[in-house]
Amino acid sequence: MAEPITEADLRERISAFLADHDPAGDRLAFLRARFDAGLAWVHFPVGLGGLAAGRALQPVADDAFAAAGAPDNRPSRIGIGLGMAAPTILVHGTDAQRTRFLRPLWTGEEVWCQLFSEPGAGSDLAGLATRARRDGDGWLLDGQKVWTSMAHVARWAILLARTDPDVPKHAGLTFFVLDMTAPGVEVRPLRQLTGEAEFNEVYLTGVRVPDEHRLGDVGAGWKVAQTTLMNERVSIGGGALPREGGMIGVLARAWREQPAVRTPGMHDTVMRLWVRAEAARLTGLRVRQQLAAGAPGPDGSAVKLSFATLNQQISAAELDLRGDEGLRRDSWAMSRPDDVDFTGRDTGYRYLRAKGNSIEGGTSEVLRNIIAERVLGLPAEPRVDTRVAWKDLPR
Amino acid sequence: MSDLLDLLESPDEQDLRSGVRDMLAAECPWQTVLSFVSEGAEAYDAKLWRTVATGMGLAGLLVPESQGGAGAQWRAAAIVVEELGRAVAPVPFVSSAVVATTALGSSDEPSLLGRLASGELTAALAVPYGLWSAPTLLSVVDGAVTGTVRGVADALGAGLLLVPADDGLYAVDGAAVRRTRVLSLDETRPLADLEFRAAPARLVGSLSAVPCALRAAATMTAAEQIGLASWCLDETVGYLKERYQFGRPVGSFQALKHRLADLWVELTQARAVVAYAAADLAAGAADGRVAASLAKIVGSEVAVRAAEECVQMHGGIGFTWEHPAHLYLKRAKATAVAYGSPDRHRARLATLVDLPLEES
Ligand SMILES: Cc1cc2nc3c(=O)[nH]c(=O)nc-3n(C[C@H](O)[C@H](O)[C@H](O)COP(=O)(O)OP(=O)(O)OC[C@H]3O[C@@H](n4cnc5c(N)ncnc54)[C@H](O)[C@@H]3O)c2cc1C
Repeated sequence: MAEPITEADLRERISAFLADHDPAGDRLAFLRARFDAGLAWVHFPVGLGGLAAGRALQPVADDAFAAAGAPDNRPSRIGIGLGMAAPTILVHGTDAQRTRFLRPLWTGEEVWCQLFSEPGAGSDLAGLATRARRDGDGWLLDGQKVWTSMAHVARWAILLARTDPDVPKHAGLTFFVLDMTAPGVEVRPLRQLTGEAEFNEVYLTGVRVPDEHRLGDVGAGWKVAQTTLMNERVSIGGGALPREGGMIGVLARAWREQPAVRTPGMHDTVMRLWVRAEAARLTGLRVRQQLAAGAPGPDGSAVKLSFATLNQQISAAELDLRGDEGLRRDSWAMSRPDDVDFTGRDTGYRYLRAKGNSIEGGTSEVLRNIIAERVLGLPAEPRVDTRVAWKDLPR
Repeated sequence: MSDLLDLLESPDEQDLRSGVRDMLAAECPWQTVLSFVSEGAEAYDAKLWRTVATGMGLAGLLVPESQGGAGAQWRAAAIVVEELGRAVAPVPFVSSAVVATTALGSSDEPSLLGRLASGELTAALAVPYGLWSAPTLLSVVDGAVTGTVRGVADALGAGLLLVPADDGLYAVDGAAVRRTRVLSLDETRPLADLEFRAAPARLVGSLSAVPCALRAAATMTAAEQIGLASWCLDETVGYLKERYQFGRPVGSFQALKHRLADLWVELTQARAVVAYAAADLAAGAADGRVAASLAKIVGSEVAVRAAEECVQMHGGIGFTWEHPAHLYLKRAKATAVAYGSPDRHRARLATLVDLPLEES
């Protein structure tokens, strides 16, 4: 076995790379070269953008490139590609799939979206109805997906569909990669309570998917989706941030800049939130260290849950703090952003957008169930749906 | 830089934890603590203290090797304290082996440290248990100290009292002081009122050691709180799996599951914060003050919440004297007040991180 990459090795490789590649030169060429040098996801295997290094070294690479003024890989930073599709493809994909998809995913040449939720299947994702039927050497898809973030800019989707309605719901699903430009895929904006349309409805009518774009075995879709969902929970709110990074920094600045609006009660609120935010940040740091040590603990679900709660409490406090000023919005125009902006724009936007944090990527209620049952080992609720064929379930 | 602190446990640290936990499981089951409290006569459990202090050699954990100790890091101390908290062990480890030892750290009297390390002598810093910043000063005249200090933790059985007075830290023989037991909320860690009447005192260090000791005290108390909160959570989960009502385990009811999930999240976060604060003390990092206050706030909150939920979710049995939940509730609430309540630490933190209430 090769020696693990140390931080010093990594810094050396980055310096050598930067000596050969001009960060101010062609953006895409730079990103592709960075991927090929294994400096994209340093913990991925060699040849797939990584060096098989520890995950803890990723911030070292990201910081060094940022400090050198290197281009970043927006808009794929939306997170679905990087945070969910990539790890799923890495674990369950074939070599051909990994080679085809990972590089343009990382460079941001190809944006990804996640076609999981349906009008009739959200928290109960395994109940979904979109059908995939065998069609020669491929599949034909029919159905409707909903709340699909960034489907309007996505080139590819990860998709879960029903391949067998005659077995219990978890057993009849198969995981696919879908070409969003294929005939029969129709994306319609779905306006959100913020005014913008970051998510969409997606109609699938006789869409053909080649069998090479199946990820994992037929009927094994639920297992593959578990990888996606687990990574989703770690990736939402689990980013490496400095102290006062994220929403709490916005509130702290508002406090410092406006002495006139300070009250003792609000001071108490600000301090309580500051402490919770710092505790959440340190937890994220510890989760990343656990991942790096190869022992992914269950703490990831804590990170997603507290990210949601905190963002909501912090943005609500900020609105109170700013008072009249907080009521002024920058725009109600319907727009179709190509990035999710949790901390940008105005106070009202932050307050409203944060309401999605406890719904997207699994609701806080469902997350609490997961923690209670899988982490704490408490008994499951009595269930009526696990032994019945999907087609016979009440809907 | 602080982000590079390692928040995970090393294999040695894991061994230490399981060693202490196993010993406590054998020597300090909750029934032992309950009878200690019910009888209410002792200052601490002397037999258990011998095992901890001498048997396992933990009294000198933080004392330098040159003075007969183990010269260990704060992280190791945090692990020991956490396990002691898990068992609500009635021993003066925090008061003597952590707080008093730290206060003596800069002293010119290594022999005292050596005696503390051996476990033969225990010491207490003569300040009220809730003290968090500048100590109340007593006065020294002609080498003798006079005055009273109320509510000192673990002072009843301490052979040595360390007294911040006038211009320095003085050592006073415990027997030379009038000590009155306080009927305190948490009888697993008795408090005493101290009356010094011209008690002979020897200058052993400077007053600057006191704030350092109090900062360590806040961080280590938070470690203790993590331990006791994790006992409360584990115990409650275990009980809810076994207790049937309405034809199913009560733990399958979502109303309870969600509260426990939230508690687990809070505990997970507190664990990260305490790991950070202990690593920070070890590193002597500049962020130590922020980290200690953070730890004391989140530790106190999670401990009290865990203990309160433990009582509530045990139902009637949780409200009885025979069930150990109350031992944890009392210890949790007492440690929340100890070395600065969350509110006081939030006030301190506001200054440290430039979020003042008033414009300066
Ligand atoms: C901003 C945003 C972006 C999104 N992006 C995507 C995307 O890109 N791709 C995608 O596939 N999906 C996406 N979603 C959908 C999201 O995953 C679902 O909305 C979510 O899983 C909840 O499903 P639902 O909306 O059907 O709510 P329901 O499942 O109908 O839930 C309704 C309420 O019941 C509660 N509930 C449900 N089941 C239980 C239970 N067992 N116990 C207790 N309470 C329960 C829920 O918590 C909720 O409060 C997005 C959602 C939002 C808000």
